[in-house]
Amino acid sequence: MNAVPQNNPGTLASGQFDVARVREDFPILSAKVHGKPLVYFDNGATSQKPQCVIDAIDHYYRAENSNIHRGVHHLSEQATAAYEAARGKLRGFINARSDKEIIFVRGTTEAINLVAQSYGRAFLKAGDEIVVSAMEHHSNIVPWQMLCEQVGAKLRVIPINHDGEIVMEEFERLLTDKTKFVSVTHVSNALGTVVPVKEIIALAHGRGVPVLLDGAQAVPHLQIDVQDLDCDFYAFSGHKMFGPTGVGVLYGRAELLEKMPPYQGGGDMISLVTFEKTHYNVLPYKFEAGTPNIADGIALGVAVDYLRGLDWAAVTAHEDGLLRYATEALGQIAALRIIGTAKEKAGVLSFVFDHVHAHDVGTILDQEGVAVRAGHHCAMPVMQRFGVPATARASFAFYNTIEEIDVLVRAIGRVLKVFG
Amino acid sequence: MSELDDLYQEVILDHNKSPRNFRVIGGANRRAEGYNPLCGDEVTVFLQVEDGVIKDISFQGSGCAISKASASMMTTELKGKPESAAHELFENVHNMLTGEPGSEGGGARVGKLAILSGVCKFPARVKCASLAWHTMESALKGEPQPAKTE
Ligand SMILES: Cc1ncc(COP(=O)(O)O)c(C=O)c1O
Repeated sequence: MNAVPQNNPGTLASGQFDVARVREDFPILSAKVHGKPLVYFDNGATSQKPQCVIDAIDHYYRAENSNIHRGVHHLSEQATAAYEAARGKLRGFINARSDKEIIFVRGTTEAINLVAQSYGRAFLKAGDEIVVSAMEHHSNIVPWQMLCEQVGAKLRVIPINHDGEIVMEEFERLLTDKTKFVSVTHVSNALGTVVPVKEIIALAHGRGVPVLLDGAQAVPHLQIDVQDLDCDFYAFSGHKMFGPTGVGVLYGRAELLEKMPPYQGGGDMISLVTFEKTHYNVLPYKFEAGTPNIADGIALGVAVDYLRGLDWAAVTAHEDGLLRYATEALGQIAALRIIGTAKEKAGVLSFVFDHVHAHDVGTILDQEGVAVRAGHHCAMPVMQRFGVPATARASFAFYNTIEEIDVLVRAIGRVLKVFG
Repeated sequence: MSELDDLYQEVILDHNKSPRNFRVIGGANRRAEGYNPLCGDEVTVFLQVEDGVIKDISFQGSGCAISKASASMMTTELKGKPESAAHELFENVHNMLTGEPGSEGGGARVGKLAILSGVCKFPARVKCASLAWHTMESALKGEPQPAKTE
């Protein structure tokens, strides 16, 4: 996303983000729900897809479909080239050094499981410690707990303060000679906190400890440069960054990936198989057993093209404006409490009422066409930390508007009317 | 009435605000915990059953208006009833909530609980309304595991 094309279609002459123009790229945004215009504020769960991504999937199955890395015929060569081109686009998107550091997976969840099972089982042993934060998604907790059971390692948790920020002194205290891995989120899905990951990485690397970042909620909002971050692994999902479901990426530093054993065995990940011995394929294929999700991988590349065509200074200013406006507007509702008040936030506004459960809020907002998520957001420890069973969460994307936030505020008015 | 008004009727809002039998029965001889992993609703149902009759029933827990009101109404409905009637009501309420054909406005078979029938228009909320009922069933059956709505 470094190169900004001239005469960007998503930017007005004033340099402002042209949200009306960009919305036209997303067909679903003109849908009606219960007779009302859809206000889609559930982007944290999954984002909507631009027409070009939808077209790419359609085109692939109409014109290019065939298996990759194994055919000498025209279609297979074409599909292989398109799939590998997508890998190159994703490399550029996060500024990895080499295509071989880009492993296609199903999504963030599979990426983290891959690292836990491959790196973790090979290099961690009884008594070692893995550090995560108190605001992780379950997919950055459970794979580590499973690994702990398997090798006898221990999970340690960095506490968060009442604003939903990492307590850095506590992290420093947790880092000891026993620490062998750190895995933290880049942006919290439940609270919106942008975690100071560079600081965390510097501290961990000071002790020679590798760091995985869960980038699921960061990629739709921030420009990611894995070299600048200096992380060892970076995991993200295509479907949260305007691409299709069923495909995501694990970035891994090549030196580490080289040392790691394969995660799954099968076709594509081998170079030679006999019943006596099997030789594994080179990176990234060593970690890509079986026929991958070709169509969606190619379409994810198209999503990257789309994102890189936007002017990110304008996008960021627009998104900051949305979050600020929503925080102020909801902050004025006396019965409402915002959960997650970190200084650095991106894209997420979680809130609760004293006397109305999040589920009831979700149902009533839905009747007004407003889609939010109500629940624990796969982050039950976060709910426990804040002493709430669930929150309602509005999560934004660059195609959302100030007017939509006004609709949310009016819909919350209806919630308060029903519940008196 | 809109579907929303149908869901959040006055009676339901009242049970949510002032749930009946919202207490612990100290010496309960049946009890079970229910949990809905989807939204975090939790409920514990306490029963005092003597000679096949529900002498006392209560609940505790946290959840949305629908789950709380459903639990509250369940306790008022079942107190003093024989166990067999509780099983039968469980079946009938369950059919009503899931919109089983033939259960429309099944007023006769679910009594006052017909007020919960609006829930079947909101598929995402059916489990909220049925949680307490599943929990009550497993308490009566003496199942040791927490009830699930799955
Ligand atoms: C922070 C975070 N991590 C991980 C995930 C899991 O992503 P996926 O379900 O696409 O594997 C999510 C998705 O909700 C998330 O928000």
